[in-house]
Amino acid sequence: MATALKLKELYKKEDRLTSGHRLCAGCAAPIIVRQILTAIDEPVVLSNATGCLEVSTTIYPYTAWQVPWIHTAFETAASTISGVEAMYRSLVKQGKMEEQDIRFVAFGGDGGTYDIGLQALSGMLERGHTALYVCYNNEAYMNTGIQRSGATPLGAWTTTSPVGKVIPGKPRPRKDLTAIAAAHDIPYTAQASPHNWRDLMRKVRKAVAADGPSFLNVLSSCNRGWRHPTDITIEISRLAAETCYWPLYEVEDGEWKLTHRPKEKLPLEEFLRPQGRFRHLFREENKHVLEQLQAQVDRKWRQLLKRCGEEE
Amino acid sequence: MSRFEAMDGNTATAEAMRQVNPDVVAAYPITPQTSTVQTFSQFVADGEVDTEFIRVESEHSAMSACIGASAAGGRVMTATSANGLALMWEMVYIAASNRAPIVMTVVNRALSGPINIHCDHSDSMGTRDAGWIQLFGENPQEGYDNAIQAVRIAEHEDVLLPVMSMYDGFITSHGLERVQIEDDEAVRDFIGPFTAHDALLDVDNPVTYGPLDFYDFYMEHKRQQVEAMKYAKRVIPEVAADFEKHFGRRYGFFDEYRLDDAELALVVLSSTAGTARSVVDSLRAQGLKVGLLKPRVFRPFPAEELADALRDKIVVGVMDRSDSFGALGGPLFVELSAALKTYDVSAKMVDYVFGLGGRDTTPSQIESVFRDLAEMAETGEIKQLVTYLGVRE
Ligand SMILES: Cc1ncc(C[n+]2csc(CCOP(=O)(O)OP(=O)(O)O)c2C)c(N)n1
Ligand code: SF4
Ligand SMILES: [Mg+2]
Repeated sequence: MATALKLKELYKKEDRLTSGHRLCAGCAAPIIVRQILTAIDEPVVLSNATGCLEVSTTIYPYTAWQVPWIHTAFETAASTISGVEAMYRSLVKQGKMEEQDIRFVAFGGDGGTYDIGLQALSGMLERGHTALYVCYNNEAYMNTGIQRSGATPLGAWTTTSPVGKVIPGKPRPRKDLTAIAAAHDIPYTAQASPHNWRDLMRKVRKAVAADGPSFLNVLSSCNRGWRHPTDITIEISRLAAETCYWPLYEVEDGEWKLTHRPKEKLPLEEFLRPQGRFRHLFREENKHVLEQLQAQVDRKWRQLLKRCGEEE
Repeated sequence: MSRFEAMDGNTATAEAMRQVNPDVVAAYPITPQTSTVQTFSQFVADGEVDTEFIRVESEHSAMSACIGASAAGGRVMTATSANGLALMWEMVYIAASNRAPIVMTVVNRALSGPINIHCDHSDSMGTRDAGWIQLFGENPQEGYDNAIQAVRIAEHEDVLLPVMSMYDGFITSHGLERVQIEDDEAVRDFIGPFTAHDALLDVDNPVTYGPLDFYDFYMEHKRQQVEAMKYAKRVIPEVAADFEKHFGRRYGFFDEYRLDDAELALVVLSSTAGTARSVVDSLRAQGLKVGLLKPRVFRPFPAEELADALRDKIVVGVMDRSDSFGALGGPLFVELSAALKTYDVSAKMVDYVFGLGGRDTTPSQIESVFRDLAEMAETGEIKQLVTYLGVRE
């Protein structure tokens, strides 16, 4: 019997990522990892791309990981877990190892997933390894000091899309990686956010139960890069969902389904305002960027509703 | 019983892989390695191996998957060439530092650019500092034998380093030769079962692979790789001796041909040694005291042994099938020069860069090299430190 998704049951489970790691106070990444590893009752083997999560949890000779974990490089979380999973299948098939119901999970940041690791991810999904790939998406290369990535939204300030005299932040919109993953026709793809832990954990359970690859894109607030106070991590995550900037949905065997529909879709401004990375968008001369960003969110939301067979 | 067959190098390598029956292979096709992957695919499709074969989307992923699979706790092999090796370069280093005993055949091909599919050694020479053991083979038989010995060397618990087995693209990979293929059982008996160390799949004893490693420990870890290479220098001859006991073929750090009483020595890797041997014979018939040394083990570099073998030579000519732009000469020349200097060998040394991008090297060219060496022995002067053979200047 799987542990019920109830706090009074879940809190009894041992932490698979222990405290003492060096991720920043208020960072969403360890919250997400813990939610994911708590959702999985089975043994896990993890692969981790280079990035904040990796560097902050394993400074030799210490490790915060209580489960088998491997990091090889920045763009290789998917290819590395492919090898681990293939070895497991091989040894079990040959009777060299007993079947143990191990779940294979890869963690990569948005840089390691949307950009440099996209090819490896696509390869893993296409080849059909039974593994869950999680992108903890903080919308920039945070580990190297907040540079723009393919996940950075239009207009956002980063150190490589700075706000200058002629260019106000990132000139291009983010790519829709969740849809790209879903286009691989894998059993399970979903988008989640740590403020809605029950939704996230339910998705993880579905993902690791799938017979084949699964992909989870989780919005992961980074207070250093997003420029917001450390104590509003969960609130900012909620606002991302309630403004439909980060809709919560899943694609199960090709069926798109919203898992949360805001009662009242909030204006995007509510998500943007608390974040320093968008501060310049509230200046009069950048109003058009703000409007563009809102229009993009609206368009993507309408597209998603249609895919999910929901009324506008 | 072993059997003799006409085989090209890639088929012989695929045979070795079939017999080793690795738990995981992750590979990507590239000329001239491709037929190895194709032949092995057929073995998988016909159920002749138990291997999980990951048909990755790139060589970068091939090596990453190999590292993951190896850390998971099983036997892993792969193969590549040139640009494929270059693409996986980042991971080639990581494989060695993770102490992953992966065996990789590298069918030597010129690196781009310009793009070229034919043989030279720029690809594997480019990774000579990556921390892999490197074995060069002359012909399909040596490719086959080295691949099998590589498994034992890599997995030796004092070593635990990945091994690259090389032979010349097209010349050896696609040239049919007589190859002695050993019994499946005999090969399996020789390599023995795989012993896992710190397997990721041992979920009851979790390990962390590849942590961030700063100035306070990184250097010790690099130092351990150095030690492993030193052990490899002991283990490689041990494995070769056992191989000889099993199969009768002898392997050393290098191969000597009429070198003992030679005054002029030529040092050359891989298939060109075959051509050079016939030149040695014809010049010997003319009374010239010439000999040949063909290195097999390039990493760990057997510096002292090479120096001893060349100690009383008057002139040593090195033939390099790759260059190291801006260096003193090609990589083999530079390494060997350092070795001879370090171990007080006074022979004069010159370098000949040849065969880049598959350019043919003829017996008459090798003969001209020996004639050069003879002239230098007579005058006591080095005419030209690095000569490019057969190039339009
Ligand atoms: C091949 C390679 N290129 C660049 C880097 C430098 N690098 C390390 S982490 C990183 C950014 C990580 O960003 P992301 O994946 O979004 O993770 P985050 O740190 O934001 O959690 C970069 C650029 C690297 N390690 N390897
Ligand atoms: S920089 Fe951002 S992503 Fe990295 S640890 Fe700090 S809060 Fe987390
Ligand atoms: Mg990031």
